[in-house]
Amino acid sequence: MDTTRLIIVAVGGQGNLLSSKVLGEAALLSNTPVRMSEIHGMAQRGGVVESAIVFGDAKSTIISDGKADVFVGFEPSETLRALNRCNSDTVVISNLAPLPLFTVAIGKGVYPDIEAARELIRKKTARLIAFDGIALAKEAGNPMSLNMVLLGALIQTGKIPVTAENVKETIRTKTKKAFVDINLKAFDLGFAAAKKCG
Amino acid sequence: MHKLLTENPGEKMLLLGNEAIARGAIEAGVAFTSTYPGTPSSEISLNFFQMSQESDLYFEYSTNEKVALEVAAASANCGVRSMCIMKHVGLNVASDALMTLAYIGVKGGMVILTADDPFLFSSQNEQDNRYYGKLSGLPVIEPSSVEEAKEMVPYAFDLSEKLQEPVLFRTTTRINHSTAFVKLGSIKPRVTKGSFKKDPLNYVTVPAVSRKLHVKLLKNIETAKGISEQSEYNFIEGNGNLGIICNGVSYSYVSDAVEGLNIKDKIKILRIGFSNPMPETRIKNFLKECEKVLVVEEGEPVMEEAVKAFAQEAGLCFEIKGKSEALFPRLYEFNPEQVQNNIAKYFGIPHTPAQVPDLSDVPEIPQRPPNLCAGCSHRATYYEIKKVAEKMDTIYPSDIGCYTLGMLPPLSMADFVICMGGSVGTSCGFSQVTDQKVISFIGDSTFFHSGISGLINAVFNNHNFTLVILDNGITAMTGHQPNPGVDMGNLKLEGYGRVSIENIVRATGVKHITMIKPYKVKKSIEAIKEALSYKGVSVIISEEMCTLYAKNLRLLKPRSFVITDKCKDHKNCVNELACPAFYIEEKRVKIDEDMCVGCAVCAQICPENAIMPLKKG
Ligand code: SF4
Repeated sequence: MDTTRLIIVAVGGQGNLLSSKVLGEAALLSNTPVRMSEIHGMAQRGGVVESAIVFGDAKSTIISDGKADVFVGFEPSETLRALNRCNSDTVVISNLAPLPLFTVAIGKGVYPDIEAARELIRKKTARLIAFDGIALAKEAGNPMSLNMVLLGALIQTGKIPVTAENVKETIRTKTKKAFVDINLKAFDLGFAAAKKCG
Repeated sequence: MHKLLTENPGEKMLLLGNEAIARGAIEAGVAFTSTYPGTPSSEISLNFFQMSQESDLYFEYSTNEKVALEVAAASANCGVRSMCIMKHVGLNVASDALMTLAYIGVKGGMVILTADDPFLFSSQNEQDNRYYGKLSGLPVIEPSSVEEAKEMVPYAFDLSEKLQEPVLFRTTTRINHSTAFVKLGSIKPRVTKGSFKKDPLNYVTVPAVSRKLHVKLLKNIETAKGISEQSEYNFIEGNGNLGIICNGVSYSYVSDAVEGLNIKDKIKILRIGFSNPMPETRIKNFLKECEKVLVVEEGEPVMEEAVKAFAQEAGLCFEIKGKSEALFPRLYEFNPEQVQNNIAKYFGIPHTPAQVPDLSDVPEIPQRPPNLCAGCSHRATYYEIKKVAEKMDTIYPSDIGCYTLGMLPPLSMADFVICMGGSVGTSCGFSQVTDQKVISFIGDSTFFHSGISGLINAVFNNHNFTLVILDNGITAMTGHQPNPGVDMGNLKLEGYGRVSIENIVRATGVKHITMIKPYKVKKSIEAIKEALSYKGVSVIISEEMCTLYAKNLRLLKPRSFVITDKCKDHKNCVNELACPAFYIEEKRVKIDEDMCVGCAVCAQICPENAIMPLKKG
């Protein structure tokens, strides 16, 4: 089976580990081979967390620079920072709601302009699906459901060999009971948002 | 029931490498486990800890890796299958026990897991612990994938029992922290009790005994070599006369590269999974069928040197390469593309490397370094010490924990860090040879781990410095594991003792001891002033529970602060505390309500009294 390489980048605390877990479990339901690797040493201390998810028959669990087929960024400046992971064929999905950089607060540098970032990413990759994921997560009932919003958008692209139904089934069985409804709604909102982005 | 205790052979589970390793041990019937937590190994222990609460598996967080190894060594010498888990640098601490345990050996199977961290994702060095196999004479097993890690743990236990020696199980971060589907096997029943048979002539390592034991160890190494020659974990794949010898995660990258370059008919791979002792005859035979060989291994050229020596003995003189400027570095971790490019280059295979987009027009993005959590008590202590020591010429030796993050500006409160407990020992030397004021920092867990002996040294040799023990009641950095000072009642666990840091410090003979509550800024500053002016060894114990831990335990009352109109924009709060809850909006300082935990430290330092509790509702 062909290999699909997905990178997810987030800031510690944004809940990206759950999205990779859901994807992995959904792949198990779909009988799709999957391997992932995560670096989360300082995740809870506000650092950047990166997950690599490789679908298909490859043995490696990490993804080299320029080799992501699909890229999901939980935060716009982090999406921009990780552009070296992408190539001109990469499909990029990014939340546009920024998380302030503390270095900026103490006067070291400026937060990148979001419109300019969007333009840059669009220019250098095959397709950019970008929207305010936090607004949608809040609409679903909890800003922490950003991970499910982005999962919805990811599945809508059709780039990942996992079906929407299997992801939803995993959300139903593997995420916290109290959040299942919110998570499902967030997934649908993200899915619809990606569709609208065309 | 804990998922790793599932009795359902054949079931496929999505497991983290560390879970797979723990499961492998459970399947092997491990009954006794001990550790000192350390990334990237910590989740193995966490799973044992959880399982021990609902089964007869024994697990303990020991005070340090040496103790953990001794505890497990005794258990294994009573015939109980035992496992000891640590990160790579932990084995340095345990190495004293390790080296002579290799002479004595074990009765029940004993596996020592050492998790190396190429690229230093969360470590102070990237040493290659395969050398410990050579140094001690113990067998080394190295998995290449998550699934294989699970399979290899029971193999390692059987091997240990066959050889009557502990076995080193060496992983790297990309095994520990990768996830894959793993097929469960059946669980061997645990034998939790053993018995010790006196045999001083084999157990008491006085010189006369050890001289004989060393002979026995060398014999064991020969036996191990025979097993390594036959091991299914040293296997050959493909056919062709270009050879690649690899181990660990490098094997995955090599496999993918051979597939990607479509050169299966040209390349023969020898994967080494039982890497000490090396399967000498196997390697020689492999070499004889090759014209050119590439050795792919992260870290040091351990296999490369051995392979070159074997080639020399076999009278082969074709090209064998691995580490070199043009090929593989001794630094950091490898990645699939790098391995593919090097294979193509070395063997002259046509290939276009991956295209990385031109990013020259992307603006520079400010860094997002990890930071102490909002409300972390370390920040408060650092701020207070810094205030008091403002005019002093200081040296801040520090240690290993979350508080090492205090090295970053604006706190800049770490000047010298080498190893666990090193803050105290180095303070002795710094204070002896300089006239600078030495103020060192150590966490509670690190103090128990190896700070105490340094402190005793300081008292005995009459050194002159202030040690600040940052007691936040948990081993925070590695994910909130208990240590001897922790109130286990918070975890609703019974049957534990509790050791008071203050009593230990007192018992070492320190004359000047100060207790502070770091959230009380004024009071703490007063107390710190006095402690810093003391000549001799003074100790400040700064006590406040780790905020993140308190949050997880739901011990934090939700309370948040806001910046009111009284703010005159001095920005002392942001610039001196660097709490991540601050952000700037339209040039004004704001507090992120969701992040703020209400420690009120900023409210106490604001010259305008502009920071007030947020009235909800
Ligand atoms: S985990 Fe605890 S000790 Fe570590 S930075 Fe956060 S609050 Fe501080």
